Amino acid sequence: MNPFSSGTRLRDMIRAIRSCKTAAEERAVVRKECAAIRAAISENDQDYRHRNLAKLMFIHMLGYPTHFGQMECLKLIASSGFPEKRIGYLGLMLLLDERQEVLMLVTNSLKQDLNHSNQYIIGLALCALGNICSAEMARDLAPEVERLLQFRDPNIRKKAALCSIRIIKKVPDLAENFINTSASLLREKHHGVLITGVQLCTDLCKVSSEALEYFREKCTESLVKTLRDMANSPYAPEYDVAGITDPFLHIRLLKLLRILGHGDDDASDCMNDILAQVATKIESNKNAGNAILYECVGTIMSIEDNGGLRVLAINILGRFLSNRDNNIRYVALNMLMRAMAVDAPAVQRHRATILECVKDSDASIRKKALDLVYLLVSESNVKPLTKELIEYLEASDQEFKGVLTAKICSLVEKFAPEKIWYIDQMLKVLSEAGNFVKDEVWHALIVVISNASDLHGYSVRALYRTFQTSAEQESLVRVAVWCIGEYGDMLVNNVGMLDIEEPITVTESDAVDAVEVAIKHHASDLTTKAMVLIALLKLSSRFPSCSERIKDIILQNKRSFVLELQQRSIEFNCILQKHQNIRSALVERMPVLDEATFSGRRAGSLPTSVSISTGAARNLPNGIAKPAAAPVADLLDLSSDDAPAPSSSGGDFLQDLLGVDLSPVSAPSTSQPPKGGTDVLLDLLSIGTSPPEQSNSSASDILCSIQDNNAPLASLNDLTSLSPLSANATSPASPAPVMDLLDGFGPNLQKNEENGPDYPSLVAYESSSLRMTFNFSKQPGNPQTTLIQATFTNLSPNVYNDFLFQAAVPKFLQLHLDPACSNTLPANRSISQSMKLTNSQHGKKSLVMRTRIAYKINDNDVLEEGQVNNFPGGL
Amino acid sequence: MIHFVLLISRQGKVRLTKWYSPYSQKERTKVIRELSGLILTRGPKLCNFVEWRGLRVVYKRYASLYFCMCIDEDDNELEILEIIHHYVEVLDRYFGSVCELDLIYNFHKAYFILDELLLAGELQESGKKTVARLVSAQDSLVETAKEQASSISNIIAQATK
Repeated sequence: MNPFSSGTRLRDMIRAIRSCKTAAEERAVVRKECAAIRAAISENDQDYRHRNLAKLMFIHMLGYPTHFGQMECLKLIASSGFPEKRIGYLGLMLLLDERQEVLMLVTNSLKQDLNHSNQYIIGLALCALGNICSAEMARDLAPEVERLLQFRDPNIRKKAALCSIRIIKKVPDLAENFINTSASLLREKHHGVLITGVQLCTDLCKVSSEALEYFREKCTESLVKTLRDMANSPYAPEYDVAGITDPFLHIRLLKLLRILGHGDDDASDCMNDILAQVATKIESNKNAGNAILYECVGTIMSIEDNGGLRVLAINILGRFLSNRDNNIRYVALNMLMRAMAVDAPAVQRHRATILECVKDSDASIRKKALDLVYLLVSESNVKPLTKELIEYLEASDQEFKGVLTAKICSLVEKFAPEKIWYIDQMLKVLSEAGNFVKDEVWHALIVVISNASDLHGYSVRALYRTFQTSAEQESLVRVAVWCIGEYGDMLVNNVGMLDIEEPITVTESDAVDAVEVAIKHHASDLTTKAMVLIALLKLSSRFPSCSERIKDIILQNKRSFVLELQQRSIEFNCILQKHQNIRSALVERMPVLDEATFSGRRAGSLPTSVSISTGAARNLPNGIAKPAAAPVADLLDLSSDDAPAPSSSGGDFLQDLLGVDLSPVSAPSTSQPPKGGTDVLLDLLSIGTSPPEQSNSSASDILCSIQDNNAPLASLNDLTSLSPLSANATSPASPAPVMDLLDGFGPNLQKNEENGPDYPSLVAYESSSLRMTFNFSKQPGNPQTTLIQATFTNLSPNVYNDFLFQAAVPKFLQLHLDPACSNTLPANRSISQSMKLTNSQHGKKSLVMRTRIAYKINDNDVLEEGQVNNFPGGL
Repeated sequence: MIHFVLLISRQGKVRLTKWYSPYSQKERTKVIRELSGLILTRGPKLCNFVEWRGLRVVYKRYASLYFCMCIDEDDNELEILEIIHHYVEVLDRYFGSVCELDLIYNFHKAYFILDELLLAGELQESGKKTVARLVSAQDSLVETAKEQASSISNIIAQATK
């Protein structure tokens, strides 16, 4: 006998594993056991085969690989003794599943065992077949199972019945073979057979309409009678649960009746009485009774209409709703949701109670209740319900706020009777949970405000007021900043005052104060910062008196590390200082945003936005301390939305809203077509209504000031950030004023282009499925360090999950890799990741990098590797 | 139908798994991890249902063990609680006031009992006595086989002396 297999008993192994103090110890014990078992397997050891398999099962439960034991199961099953077979079948069910090829090898043994003289061996085979058989096996062994449905021992009949369920689910064509025999099971007295028989009939009805018709015609009455006998049966100790005889059978009978009664008046009539009896007689003080009542209500709701019964059912649910047991309330909400389809008014009667459940301490109940409230809302009751939900928003805990906010926003949008109400509600939501609101929600709010010309003044004043109390809510701040920028004059002068408003006095400097607070409060949030800059530029023209102060605030961003902010800050400063005469035309109010385009875009981009916001939410549980990467990522995703859609300038107002395009990555990247009109200057300019003569004068004006411009632009040259601008500038489609203004910068741009952009972007890796593009920039005063923005574009129709980019560099380089903006890469989209490379041999050696990209498509690992040695010189 | 049954200890150790729907090994590990995170953290007074991947998991805690069953959305959650209790009662009868250790050392017995209770993800038998009788009948078949084997090996041993 081999020296290993004499080893430990099962019990000893379990004890040894349990006494392990560390995971490493446990692994060692398991490794040793596995080695012994493998040795025994290779020696074809007979004596301890079943003990070894039992050990393997335990090891399997601990999560270790045990595939090498699969054949042992088959050998045990093929042996003649009952103990071996018993453990063999157990191992088969535990270690294998229907998708493994090995399973096919067992078909023959199964067939023999299904014909065995020992009924327990037949039972084992049926059990294995019912739990893991594949479609092929089902087809091969169906005749055996069919025969066993009439076996003399009831315990085999019931196993065969459940086994048949698996067979007809795998191969629905076989259903008709089972109809007659299963109908005969319904006449049995043995509870096990009856329960499984009823279940088989239910599943037959689901896969075959022929079966449904047959049972409806032949069996409805007898089933009703069985249920009645059951309901009236005297105490039966074997089947009694809390004073009710066999609730399991009750429930299965009710389930089958539901299917038979659905859509058929006669069958429904036939079961009315017994349903009423069950609904009224069953005690509801124990879980078993409630389970039956719950099933009964479901049946009443599904069968053809009977007014009285429905009332009875809804009343039961009402009782359930006020039950103290959370389980009962949960199922009540669940059933009310189904009842909405058949009897909405009856459900509406329980609105108050349901609303209470939204505030429950149990997350499962809250979520169910909220789903139900969402269904309950209609035009007529949207106001009170929204009021309740918003009030609750204050009290709800953080993790629930996200779901709740999304639902409220969706309701308000869907059912808002008038715009002013919509704006009011949204303000409440934003001030309460602005950090939980998805981007498209506040975008939508801005679009609505922009379209309600009579409410501009009202909105900006309301926002200003709310802003004073809730300056920490990011999305509120954004909307407020946008509106103050656009409609600042209306804020100060109380223009378009509504009767319901309380007058407020806001001075020009108060308004600027508010914007300044916003930029201070949300210093880490690039989107808000960018919006603030735009707002300030606009205010500088609306409030000439504050012009100097505004200039100061704008200039604070002159040294921002974020390219876009720095660039805008310098550009705006130029406008403020040198181009007073065109400023007012530049910063005219935005044209009304087109609602239709917005909703169209929104529908198109919805999946992405959803995924973004959930991703962001996961990273940032409170949404306040946003790492700098997140807003950039958001923006990038927004702009990559543009890539598939032909970017008409009108459709780009999402970018317009954001004002500045914070994507130094995406703009020059080769993966996306150059976008027209996303740049803020162009946006402002593309108003394009200013008369030509004015533009002429401004052009000359700017031309005069070229020399002056050199200073700030010199630094910009280093950054080569004007290249997207230049692309736009030379586009012939741009309106005249654009040309003019940009011509002013012309010589500098020219210089830029002559030198070539300092470091052209590089397609660092490309395969049929993936493209990686590098964009380079240098930090001023630090020539050794190169900032690389890597953009990964998915070129396939698949979603890449668990996306991971890794890079290796030689010793003279130092690499610092920031996390990617997302680890999921949807089809035809891009994600970005930035890294910093420091070249200690700057000027002597050029950059080189080895890359490795790993991701998953449908859970399959993909690995792409490459080497980048064509970095532009001089990095 | 019941998609799977899990027994997880309060520390997150798996004590029994039974899969009636096909899940690959990888998925199984993931499911167990996800669900233990979801269920073990829930407070004692909350309801026994959690929604998970479009399915519903019904769980109930008995001493240190969580019994979890995953079902379809339209199944009867309250009934599943009864089925779990039914299983616990049968175990209790079989082991004589069952505890977690019984299920660790005799995990195969727990599986044998479950196989007499559920099949193909559906309830097989509502009578507790019937289940107990069927399991003990099979146990005694094993015992007889063992005795026979040992007596035969004795005979062989003596004959070959």
